[in-house]
Amino acid sequence: MHKGTTFEKLKIASFDFTCCEGCQLQLANRESTLTDFLDLLDIRNFREISSEQHNDYDIALIEGSISRPDEVERLQAIRRQAKTLVAFGTCACFGGVNSLKNRFSLNELAVEVYPGMEVETGLVKKISEVVKVDLSIPGCPVNKEEVERIVVSLVTGSQVTLPKYPVCIECKAQINTCLFDLGEICLGPITRAGCNAVCTTGKTPCLGCRGPAEEINMAAFLELVKERGLSENDLREKLAFYNAFEGLYQP
Amino acid sequence: MIYKVISKAEFKRFIDALVRNNSSFGPRQVDSDFRGKALYQFLPVASFDDIALDYTATSSSAKHFFLPFREELSRFIFHDEDWEQQITYDANPIVLIGLRPCDISALNILDDVLLNGHYPSPYYLAKRKNTFVIGMDHLPLPDCFCKSMNHHIVSSGFNLFCSDIGEEYYLSINSSKAFNFLKEFDTRDPLDEENCRLAERRKLISNSFLTEIDVTGLPSILDIEFDSPVWEKWGNKCLNCGTCAMVCPSCYCYSVEESMETNLNGAVRQKKLYSCNLVDFAEVAGGHNFRPKNGDRLKYRYYHQHRGFAENDNQQICVGCNRCGRACLSDINPKNVINDLRMEKESCLTNVLSSPCRR
Ligand code: SF4
Ligand code: SF4
Ligand code: SF4
Ligand code: SF4
Ligand code: SF4
Repeated sequence: MHKGTTFEKLKIASFDFTCCEGCQLQLANRESTLTDFLDLLDIRNFREISSEQHNDYDIALIEGSISRPDEVERLQAIRRQAKTLVAFGTCACFGGVNSLKNRFSLNELAVEVYPGMEVETGLVKKISEVVKVDLSIPGCPVNKEEVERIVVSLVTGSQVTLPKYPVCIECKAQINTCLFDLGEICLGPITRAGCNAVCTTGKTPCLGCRGPAEEINMAAFLELVKERGLSENDLREKLAFYNAFEGLYQP
Repeated sequence: MIYKVISKAEFKRFIDALVRNNSSFGPRQVDSDFRGKALYQFLPVASFDDIALDYTATSSSAKHFFLPFREELSRFIFHDEDWEQQITYDANPIVLIGLRPCDISALNILDDVLLNGHYPSPYYLAKRKNTFVIGMDHLPLPDCFCKSMNHHIVSSGFNLFCSDIGEEYYLSINSSKAFNFLKEFDTRDPLDEENCRLAERRKLISNSFLTEIDVTGLPSILDIEFDSPVWEKWGNKCLNCGTCAMVCPSCYCYSVEESMETNLNGAVRQKKLYSCNLVDFAEVAGGHNFRPKNGDRLKYRYYHQHRGFAENDNQQICVGCNRCGRACLSDINPKNVINDLRMEKESCLTNVLSSPCRR
């Protein structure tokens, strides 16, 4: 291969915290390019792919949110090693579904979920609340195609970008019926594109797993939901679902 | 142009044969909205019965048959000491049935911009040449304003145009291909009485418009109102979602992306339809954004649509289909925005004329 330069594999490690491990699983998805993809990586530490564990990685993918004191320590140790720390997936970027926990009292939850057991549990935090994040790849789960594109950019040293515009663009490109026309609330107009509008194409409203698009117009969005006489409860449930719009509206 | 008349029964046989033998697309109902109104899109059709001939308008235009939302422009292959670029303009022939006059006018505008300018697009040309366009007239929807834009009648840009004159269709045949297809079907020259019925049909259509937008002098009003508060008012409502440009038959903006393949042995250059309403449309290297405000971006969309750019001799490119208005979740539509601009201009005239009030 001659491209005027040679490329080095990324020394990468992947760690899971409070999550379902669905984003890590995506790394093994998309079989057509899987071997090419793995060829770009020198996997130093990744429980789901290999039992070998080394601690000389440059890039750390962090999956999941932080909800226990021991997780904080583990994460801080990873931060000390990693040159680039990536918040990988919605839980890591925004807290994710786990954040629903923060609406209840911790004691009540512990008793309900782990009756009769002693558990140490805290409020759910996104990764950036605990350590500095260098790169965020949102999505519940992450979109493997996008991950591949970003990995190729990292290997070749080109700029890593996410779409700045909202999901509606990708939804319209598939000639979908707008879910607002069907009387539903969809977070597409305020959510960052890049998932190829998979939910709305399947006629399910966007719940904003990829977080806010750049410079969203939240006021106009709240207004249009109101003007259409759609349920305020439904709206608030959707906005809170992944905790991705925290601070952008009055809950 | 050659004019013929065909009975509706024979028309059905003609379209059915055409559709069965070619990759064809026509209006189909995809959903009913929450009020029960039918929603249509141009989709693949395999027989005459698949086509919703009595459809109103499709939510998205037919633009993407010519300008796909995503299109590969070229492919690069790296080997040893060298690389090569592969470009293909292939387009499979298709039949597109049921376009409205405004839709065909929009294609003519795209032809102006993409074929008749300094840099004709071979990608567009391949698709345009390989698409057999059949137009159908219809009674306007309450919010159609193509008559105001003078696009409710179209006389070129199609292969065949069908006007509904009761028991028959009045056919305007605009290509030898269409003429040859029709040879095998029973058509005849229009009688005087049928010419009259065509004139009546056109008059009925013309008189049925409920929405009119006064576009006289609009380009100069747009110039005068460049700093108007109207832009801020509507800009404050705009979600920067780009929906308006995606569904619009005449918006043609795109972004170009180049990406390496995962095996690092090649790369692709892709084009994606874009919109001047998107937040980074006017962002340049280094991060500077020439249009940081919603209102500025919205203004440019109206500028291009209703004042025109030099690339097609400053012609308006809006054909008045109001797809953008129907699709905009924030209820931003050409009628309201343009009326506001007009009022703004008139009120500034009144302000100049009336004497200051005393208190
Ligand atoms: S369904 Fe959602 S994403 Fe699609 S156009 Fe409507 S609001 Fe946008
Ligand atoms: S449509 Fe919305 S919720 Fe679904 S994957 Fe995309 S961003 Fe996430
Ligand atoms: S005008 Fe409407 S459709 Fe267009 S970008 Fe703004 S909100 Fe979206
Ligand atoms: S109105 Fe905007 S998106 Fe449409 S063609 Fe013009 S500049 Fe492009
Ligand atoms: S600007 Fe709106 S009304 Fe004009 S052609 Fe485009 S979609 Fe139709």
